[in-house]
Amino acid sequence: MSDLKAKLGLNVFKPLPAPHIKIKAGMERDARLKAAVRACPAGLYSISETGEFVLTIDGCLECGTCRIACGTEVLEWGYPEGGAGVQFRFG
Amino acid sequence: MAAPGVFPVVSADNFRKKHAGRKSPSFLTVRACTCEGNRVCQKSVWIDSDKGVNAMEKFDVIVVGAGLAGLAAAWTLAGEGVEVVVLERGDYPGSKNVSGGRIYVNPVRDLFPGLWDEAPIERAIVREGATLMARNRSFTFHYTGSELRAEKPQSYSVLRSKFDRWFSERVEERGAMLLPKTLVSDVIRENGKIAGVIAGGDELRADAVIACDGALSLIPEKAGLRAPGRAHDNAVGVKEVIQLDPNLINDRFNVGDGEGGAHLFVGDVTKGLFGGGFLYTNRDSVSLGLVVSIEDIAKEEAAGDIPALFEAFKARSEIEPLLRGGKTVEYGTHVIPEGGYRSLCPLVGDGILVAGDSAGFALNLGFTVRGMEYAMASGHYAAKAVIEAKKTGCYDAAALAVYQKLLEESFVLKDFRTFQETPKVLSNPHLFGHYPELAGNLLRDLYTVPAGPKSPIFTTLRRHLTLSQLWTMLMDAKEVTKI
Repeated sequence: MSDLKAKLGLNVFKPLPAPHIKIKAGMERDARLKAAVRACPAGLYSISETGEFVLTIDGCLECGTCRIACGTEVLEWGYPEGGAGVQFRFG
Repeated sequence: MAAPGVFPVVSADNFRKKHAGRKSPSFLTVRACTCEGNRVCQKSVWIDSDKGVNAMEKFDVIVVGAGLAGLAAAWTLAGEGVEVVVLERGDYPGSKNVSGGRIYVNPVRDLFPGLWDEAPIERAIVREGATLMARNRSFTFHYTGSELRAEKPQSYSVLRSKFDRWFSERVEERGAMLLPKTLVSDVIRENGKIAGVIAGGDELRADAVIACDGALSLIPEKAGLRAPGRAHDNAVGVKEVIQLDPNLINDRFNVGDGEGGAHLFVGDVTKGLFGGGFLYTNRDSVSLGLVVSIEDIAKEEAAGDIPALFEAFKARSEIEPLLRGGKTVEYGTHVIPEGGYRSLCPLVGDGILVAGDSAGFALNLGFTVRGMEYAMASGHYAAKAVIEAKKTGCYDAAALAVYQKLLEESFVLKDFRTFQETPKVLSNPHLFGHYPELAGNLLRDLYTVPAGPKSPIFTTLRRHLTLSQLWTMLMDAKEVTKI
């Protein structure tokens, strides 16, 4: 995991004024979120000790894999506002 | 001096002349018109924050997204003198764009005359390779041919942040307006027609909107053309760009200066899930990536997560020596439409056209994985359709349907029709586990010299290619006849 954090640290990120993806209120235990734990390339989804899914938005690469894997019933999904978030230098 | 709240109308032509020579129009901010304090004004207003100059504008065309489809559309529109604005959410075109990194130029060369000679390509691909990865062994083949070294090579590796940024400058030179750092969050619908977009919270209007907003296709979804993308139809791609001495690249990939290799990997790299790995050589870096079906990785029984699969791939003995001495400089990821013809988005609606990844224009044929030239061509034909519609002033779906016709007549929809069974045939799980293991085990036994006497070759072959095995292969081969 720390390797992944270091790798994400190589990217250029501009500050996110607000989280652009949220787990919808009341959906924190929804099993559909399990897919994002495996599929998120930035490893931003995890399960807490109390069994709730947690999303840490820092390091988000804005690919949309979680939206497709989990669906819009459990995730409130949008891109960050213009000029915010990851800025690929190579792409 | 205009009275407060009253803005002088400036034509787009004058507007552009005024700002000619500015490298980046990022000094612009878009605000809703405040005339009479009415947010629902018919015109949007541009405020040049440097000079305090205001200009009202309604464009002929709004392009959402400065990827290859959007820039291609703007290139063609601006070339015909159509007023077009490209809205891009990143800091600059290319800053949100990731692709494996290989474009095939032949199908689009003539659609963009004069564009290619100075394009910032990485290397011409002169060497193809593929590897069947078993758990503990692998089988590789390489292909090279004189046609790959032709005067005009068919394919190049590219890095999109560089390429798209350069392309956007060419597009601006032709007269299109580009607004980076501008997120389009919704469409404006009027009398059932798409009449513009909400960008940065403000209204921006146009006769037609071309949605080139990428694989998630959120704008067509907002416009009611489609449902959210399904896991079955999409894959997730991850990629590291690894900086490497150009001479080391030449030596390791057996290529000369400016020449490069492209290599695909299938089998244990995805632990049996649909997908595969790729390795492309750039000028002074390599792009190493892994693509996995979102439906497959989401399954309970999937082995590991995406980051772990990628690390395992990178550490393989077939890969690691190629990267030695390299330094990872970026980690990118992107959703890839894999559904082919049957999961294409409706291409037009009233006042809206859809191009590139947003329409689903990516095609995986196993040997070739293509998207960029379909994006460019679809953007081009969407522009052509708008130019056609402009003659009558009607932009409803029936008028814009000429886009579909142009695509049907071009390589784009011809290819998608020809290969409509490919996604199903290529999703055969045997390809990702069984066959790589079979090939590996057969070759192991042929190459191994045991301590004792060696079995006859035919016996070795029969041990692996049993009757039931041959039957399986025949059945799978029957499927292959469909593609």
